[in-house]
Amino acid sequence: MSTPKTLFDKVWDAHVIRQVKDGPDVLFIDRHFIHEVTSPVAFLGLEGRGATVLYPDRTFATADHNTPTLNQHLPVADPMSANQLAALERNAKTYGISHWGLGHIKNGIVHVVGPENGITLPGMTIVCGDSHTSTHGAFGAIAFGIGTSEVEMVLATQCIMQPKPKKMRITVNGKPGKAVLPKDVILYIISQTSASGATGYFVEYAGEVFENMTMEGRMTVCNMTIEMGARGGMIAPDQTTLDYLKGRELSPKGEQWDKLVPYWESLKTDEGATFDLDLTFDAADIEPQITYGTNPGLGTGVTHQIPMADSVKDGSASYKKSLQYMGFQENETMIGKPVDFVFLGSCTNGRIEDFRAFASIVKGRKKADNITAWLVPGSHIVEKQIQEEGILDILTQAGFELRQPGCSACLAMNDDKVPAGKYAVSTSNRNFEGRQGPGARTLLASPLVAAAAAVTGVVTDPRGLMENA
Amino acid sequence: MAYDKFTILRSSAVPMPNENVDTDQIIPARFLKATERKGFGDNLFRDWRYNNDNTPKADFVLNDPTYSGKILVAGKNFGSGSSREHAAWAIYDYGFRCVVSSFFADIFQANSINVGILPVRVSPEFLEKIFAAIEADPNTELEVNLPAQTVTLLATGDSESFAINEYKKHNLTNGYDDIDYLLSMKEEIGAFAETRPF
Repeated sequence: MSTPKTLFDKVWDAHVIRQVKDGPDVLFIDRHFIHEVTSPVAFLGLEGRGATVLYPDRTFATADHNTPTLNQHLPVADPMSANQLAALERNAKTYGISHWGLGHIKNGIVHVVGPENGITLPGMTIVCGDSHTSTHGAFGAIAFGIGTSEVEMVLATQCIMQPKPKKMRITVNGKPGKAVLPKDVILYIISQTSASGATGYFVEYAGEVFENMTMEGRMTVCNMTIEMGARGGMIAPDQTTLDYLKGRELSPKGEQWDKLVPYWESLKTDEGATFDLDLTFDAADIEPQITYGTNPGLGTGVTHQIPMADSVKDGSASYKKSLQYMGFQENETMIGKPVDFVFLGSCTNGRIEDFRAFASIVKGRKKADNITAWLVPGSHIVEKQIQEEGILDILTQAGFELRQPGCSACLAMNDDKVPAGKYAVSTSNRNFEGRQGPGARTLLASPLVAAAAAVTGVVTDPRGLMENA
Repeated sequence: MAYDKFTILRSSAVPMPNENVDTDQIIPARFLKATERKGFGDNLFRDWRYNNDNTPKADFVLNDPTYSGKILVAGKNFGSGSSREHAAWAIYDYGFRCVVSSFFADIFQANSINVGILPVRVSPEFLEKIFAAIEADPNTELEVNLPAQTVTLLATGDSESFAINEYKKHNLTNGYDDIDYLLSMKEEIGAFAETRPF
């Protein structure tokens, strides 16, 4: 009987080409995603050392971080942004890399288009010069973000050198309450572990809450695993995973599919395998969440008060600075806080289920006059689903407009910037100072909480706006 | 990308006790539009360092002539958030060669070493000691000795050792990088790639 292994061990160990003495493992990378912001310097480095792209068919390029979300048919106005997009296109062409640029039917946010086209598969190693690469862990892949030097490394050698991280398992059992979405589950976990609580670890999510989650929900959870410091998170593939993947454009087909299924079904943590840290939470403790501070760990239930500084574990000075930036006081209630902007989108919550949730609240209501809303689908495929399912009509009747795909106000590299001092309820992943524009104040929340704010103009508990309320 | 070899660094240090300094603070996203690696130091800590009209904020430590040096001493969980290597480039380009903290975010730590910055993790107690020493004398010098893996407050001789794996240490002291290493094992990689099912 061999030693019991975790899901993470099984996938990691299957990719180790060499273990460097007193050093990292050399890990083979199955899939590499690149985008316009973190790849140009990697290609320059490659050229500088006279290297080439070793396996161009293992790399996929899409433009997302720095693209406009209006009038994508027109030339990009900002010359520096246009230059980055041109560099990505040029590099992809030079090296024979598949490129879904601006305007391409499959263009969208890298962590949305990878899974929806069947590029992401269980048991893979996947990297991208973007920390939210952790999203792909939803499929039982080891997926993590890398820096530009590492992008160059993967282009040149299809490998990366990483020490094996420690292992953490987070189990959530029970049944989530009304209006509790996957976003709330992960925001709750981060609020319990802190923004650095999982640094040095790779997380496996286990328990009935994740077993019962859709693939899109699992992606939301794995996506934000980086926000507690972990390199990535993963969930064992199951029937839900296979059902999602079957028939996607680039998913394996026929005999190849049949051969992979038994392997994929073996990708689960063995009985008796151990973790460096095991955390357990109860779904009954989770209500719709909202953040009030300037890191994703500073969040609470939407009906709660902002905690007192002395009740927050260490960092009291940083905590007070954070509240000061937000314009909040200790012990204030979040309900009723004024909101100026609502952002629905990003690699965290820019998929069809997120738009369905948002629409379920705004249906038959009107956008509040004080709200500027940016609704940005994660990809053209999502955009098409929104139209075909009639969601666009619901949104339009409620006074909202739909923009074009991209990362948009999540990191505000393009024109979608929240002005200084303004409050945004955002379905994205980071509430750092200035993340959504210099001086912008971000409240992270689920699509339901965002929709509730969009129609009432203030922070609102979505449960009161739902059917059967 | 070539960088200066790192062996022993003696320098005064710049204190930044803030915790959870994320890479959006180190370099905001709107400065990530370049397609070449140059000039990022000008925008290091941009929104903490400059007012909207681009005048320096007098109370920010990089604008305070009292503090200078090639070592940045930072509060817990430095470099969290985005994987942007631009954060490490900005720190290097500004002139820092070493960041000392009690805790680093994973990706930032890897990026730092890859661009030639030594991230030195010390105990929270020793970090406090360094902050106190700089507060008492802004010109006080630290010695970061990579071969010996020690960081020392030269005025008092207080010292602590730090961990780094032998492989990374060898790279930093010689100015090598991972790509050099990986390019030397191309055949092994090729043989492995043949065995992958997808």
